[in-house]
Amino acid sequence: MAKDNRGNSKPSSPFSFLKKLRRYPATAIGFIIVFLFILIAIIGPSIAPYPYTEQKLSERLAPPSEEHIFGTDQYGRDIFSRILVGSRDVLLVAGSGTAMAVMLGLLLGLFSGYRGGLLDEIVMRLMDVILSIPPLLLAMVILFSLGPSRLNVIIVVGFLYIPMVARVVRSVVLDLKTRQFVEAARMRGEKSGYILFREIFPNVLPHLAVEASMRFSYAIFLVASLGFLGLGVQPPSPDWGLMVGEARTWFHQARWILLFPAGAIALLVVGVGFMSDGLRRMLLPGGVSDV
Amino acid sequence: MYNPAGSALEDGTAVLQPVLDVRNLTVTYRTDKGPLDIVRNVSLQVAPGEIYGLVGESGSGKTTLARAVVRYLAANGSLTADTLKLGDTDLLTLSRAEMRKVWGSRITMVHQDPGAAVNPSIPVGEQIAEVARVHLHLSPGEARKKALEMLGLVRMPDPESVARRYAHQLSGGMLQRVLIATAMATNPELMIMDEPTTALDVTTEAVILDLLNELMTDYNTAILYITHNLGVVARICSRIGVMYAGEIMEEGPVKKVFRSRLHPYTRGLLGSVPRVDASKKDVHLKAITGQIPRPEELPEGCIFSPRCELAEGDCLIARPPLVQADGDHYTACRRWQELLHLKEKEQHEGPVRGAYDSAKGPLVLEAREIKKHFRSSGGLSSLFSRESGPIKAVDDMSVRLRGGFTMGIVGESGCGKTTFARCLAGLEEATSGEIALEGVTLPYSVNRRKQSDLKKIQMVFQNPDASLNPQHQAGVSVARPLILLGGMNRSEVRSRVRELFRAVNLPEDYIYRLPHELSGGEKQRVAIARAFAADPILMLCDEPISALDVSVQASLINLLAELQEKNETAYLFISHDLAAVRHISDWIAVVYLGRLWEVGSADDVFVPPYHPYTEALLSAIPVPDPEVSQEQIRLRGSVPSAVNIPSGCRFHTRCPRKIGPICEEKEPPWQESGFHHKICCHIPLPRLKEMQGKGCFFNSSAEGEEC
Repeated sequence: MAKDNRGNSKPSSPFSFLKKLRRYPATAIGFIIVFLFILIAIIGPSIAPYPYTEQKLSERLAPPSEEHIFGTDQYGRDIFSRILVGSRDVLLVAGSGTAMAVMLGLLLGLFSGYRGGLLDEIVMRLMDVILSIPPLLLAMVILFSLGPSRLNVIIVVGFLYIPMVARVVRSVVLDLKTRQFVEAARMRGEKSGYILFREIFPNVLPHLAVEASMRFSYAIFLVASLGFLGLGVQPPSPDWGLMVGEARTWFHQARWILLFPAGAIALLVVGVGFMSDGLRRMLLPGGVSDV
Repeated sequence: MYNPAGSALEDGTAVLQPVLDVRNLTVTYRTDKGPLDIVRNVSLQVAPGEIYGLVGESGSGKTTLARAVVRYLAANGSLTADTLKLGDTDLLTLSRAEMRKVWGSRITMVHQDPGAAVNPSIPVGEQIAEVARVHLHLSPGEARKKALEMLGLVRMPDPESVARRYAHQLSGGMLQRVLIATAMATNPELMIMDEPTTALDVTTEAVILDLLNELMTDYNTAILYITHNLGVVARICSRIGVMYAGEIMEEGPVKKVFRSRLHPYTRGLLGSVPRVDASKKDVHLKAITGQIPRPEELPEGCIFSPRCELAEGDCLIARPPLVQADGDHYTACRRWQELLHLKEKEQHEGPVRGAYDSAKGPLVLEAREIKKHFRSSGGLSSLFSRESGPIKAVDDMSVRLRGGFTMGIVGESGCGKTTFARCLAGLEEATSGEIALEGVTLPYSVNRRKQSDLKKIQMVFQNPDASLNPQHQAGVSVARPLILLGGMNRSEVRSRVRELFRAVNLPEDYIYRLPHELSGGEKQRVAIARAFAADPILMLCDEPISALDVSVQASLINLLAELQEKNETAYLFISHDLAAVRHISDWIAVVYLGRLWEVGSADDVFVPPYHPYTEALLSAIPVPDPEVSQEQIRLRGSVPSAVNIPSGCRFHTRCPRKIGPICEEKEPPWQESGFHHKICCHIPLPRLKEMQGKGCFFNSSAEGEEC
C-alpha cells in the first residue's frame, strides 16, 4: 500500500558513524585520544625506551632531552617510559572499577525500577546514603581499612559509582515500563524476565553507554587522586597519580616531573569527556527522556 | 493577475489593501543532503479582518510557510520572494533589529501547545502586561490595566484573579485564551495561529473558535490560521489555502472550495474525514493512498500525481501552475474543468456491511459496575502529605457488548474512558465490579489472568511511537503473541506473520523493519496486526487514530472495520473524535466524570432526545462543511476534579439545561428512550426532545443534511 516511506532513516552503517564524527570535531578528537591511550596501554611496555624501574642516579632530574624526551625523575628514571607503562594501570584500574559499577548499578536499577514499591524505596535510600558521603572521604576510609592495593582501588571505584549508574538506569526503566509496548507484552502474558531483559534492557543500553563513559572519566580522576594520596598502588609502580604525588617535593627544581604525568591524566580525562559527550549526541539525540 | 484578497470580498464593496501580501515565496533549508526547497513559489494574501485557513497533512510545509512569512526561520533556512509585505512595509528590506519591533507588535503568534508557550514562573497577567510595556510603551500601572482589559476581552471569568495566577493553575483552554489576549494586546495587523486548538478538547475548542469569531467582528486583525482540521476551517475561516508538499494546491473562499473542490487533494482530504452524520453502514471512507513525498524526492510532474487517481500522461511531465478557475478560486490541477463535472465518487461507495440489526452475535463482554479509585499518592511521601480522598477515575460503569459489534466510548479528556479500558485489559486493577468475558469472570489484574483469557482481549494503543519496541523488528512484535498464546511452531508462526502483514496491507519486507523505519500509520498497522495475532474476541482501541493525519486515519478506520467484519471481533472504540466514533460504532456510550450518561445505538444517540452533555459535545464538533449550521451550546469551565465530584447529577455544574435544585441534590434516574437507548437525566424525555427540537445540525442551504 504505502510505497513511499516518509520519515524513514536509513539503516546505520559504519560510514554514517564516521560522517557523524566529522560533524563534531570535538567528539572525533575524544575518540582519537581514547584510542591512542588504549593503544599505548597495550603496546606501551614493549616500546618503552627504558625499563620503568631502571635508576640512573647520575642522570637524576635531567630535563627533557633527546635521550629522555620527558626528562628523568628524582631517581633518574625515564619519565616517558614510566608514563607509557603506567597507562595500562590507569585504564585497567579505572576501567574495571567502572565496569563493576555499571554491572551492579544496572542490575539494581533494573530490578528496583521495574519492581517498584518497597524494594525500590529501600534500594534507592541505600544509594542516597552512599551518595551523601563525599566520595574521596569514603574511598579513604575504605582503603585505610582494607589496605592499599590495586584490587581494593577497583572495589572502591566500583562501589562508589554504583548509585549514580543505578539512578540513571532506574529513571529510564521507570519511563520505559509505562510505554505501551511493555503493556502489550503484559497483555500477551510475557514473563517478567522477558519483559525486563528483552523489552526494556535493549532500550536502556544507549543510556547505559553514555553513563558508563562518564563514570569512566570520573574514575580515572579518582584513581589518580587515590594514587596521589598514597592510598592506591604503591611505589615503585608507575601510577600517574603516584608520580604526581612524588613529584611534589621536587617540583621547584624540575617542573617536568610533575607536568608530564599530570598532563597525561588531564589529556585522558578530557578525551573521555569528549567521547562521552559525543556518545550522548549520537545515542540519545532527543535528550535523556527520549528512548 | 493573482489578487484574490483584493477582490475577495464576495459582496464586492471594497477593494482592500491586503495586510499580508506574499508573492512567489520560496524557503530553502541547507541540509546534509544539500539545499532543499521546503516551500516553493507560494503566493497568498490576507485581507484585514479575514481569517485565512492554511490546511494540509503534517509535513506539507504549513508551519514553515508561517515562519517564513514573519522571517523567523532556523539558522539554516533562507527565503526568497518577489514580494513580502505587511501593509505598506516591505519585510524583505527590514534588518533583524527592525523585524524584532514588528514581532510581537504588528505580527503576533499563538502556538499549538499553550502549556509550553506560557512562562511557568511569571503570573499570566504580568506576561500580558510585559507585552504592553515593551511594545505599547505603557507605564507599569497602565500595562497592568491593559492586561486586565485584554483578559476581559477574551471572556475570561474574573480577570483580576486569573491575572495573578501561574500557568499550572489554569486549564488548557484558559491558557490558550491568555495567549490570545497576549497576541491581541498590541492590536496587531496580523496574527498567526498555528494549530491553536489541536491540543484542546472539542468543547473547549468550540469556545475558543466562538471567541475568535466574535473578536474578528470587532477587530481588524487578519489571521493566518494553520490547522489540519477541515471542520475548524469550515467553521471560522473565510478563505482557505490547501497546502501539499510545500505548494498551494487550491485556494479560494471556503464555501466555494468546499463545494466545488477543484483539486483531487482537497477531494481526498474531505473524503477521508468521517462525518457525524454518516456511519460505516452508509459510506466507506476514501483514504488518500501513499504519503507526502520527501522534499528531496519530489516527483517530476504534478507533486500530487503519485497519489492522484486522475493522474494521466501530462500530469507526470510538467508541474502545473496555480491557475484561476472561477474568480477568486485558484487550483493547481490541470484537469480542474473535468473535476467540475466529475461525479463525486468520494465517500459514497455503498454500504460496507450489514447494520447492527443483523443477527445478534454472542455476548462477549459484560462489565458490571466497574470502579477504579486511585489513591492520590503512594510511597513514603504519603506520610507527609495531608489526607485527601481517592481520585475516582471510573465510578460505576457497566457495559455489555456482543461479538462483531463496536461500542464507541466518548467524552472529554479526563472523563475516565481510557482508565475504563485499561481496567478491562487488566493493566489497571479495578477497585470493584465484575468483568465477565463470554460469561467467565476475569481476575482484575492481567498478571493473574489465564493464557486462554489473555488471548481473548487485546488492545491497540494511542501513541504509535510508544506502542512498538524501538529495538524489535516489526515481525518480532507480531510473532510473540503467536508463540505465547497461539502455541505455534516456527514455520507456522512465520507464515501467520506474513498473513497478518498482508491483512493490514503492509508489504512483507516490512517484517524486518525497525519501528523508526516506519511512518506513524504503518506503526499503527503493525500494532493492529500484533493485536489480531492473538485472535481476540474483544479488541480495546484506545484512541488508535488520534495521533495520525486525516488521510491515514481514514485508511485505518477502514482497516479496522474490514478486520472486524472478517473476524467478528467486538470492539470497544475510545475516542474524543465523535465523528470517527459515529462512523465506526454500532453502539455509543457517553462518559462524563467516570460514569455513563447515555447509551444507545449510534443512530439514536445522535438524534434528540439526547443527554444535555451529548448535546453539548455534538454541537461543539467542527463539521467540515461550511453550509451546515450548528446549534451553539457551550459548556462552561472544565471538567471538575475527580476527587471532589459534584453532588447530585455530576454534570450540574456545567449543564446548560439545568432545571433546578433537584439537579444538585438527587442523582438522576435512567430513562428508557427506545430500543436499548437510555439517558440518565432529571428532565423527562419528552420535555428534552421538545427543547432540543430538530437537533444539532441543520443545513443552511436547502439540501438534506440533517441527522
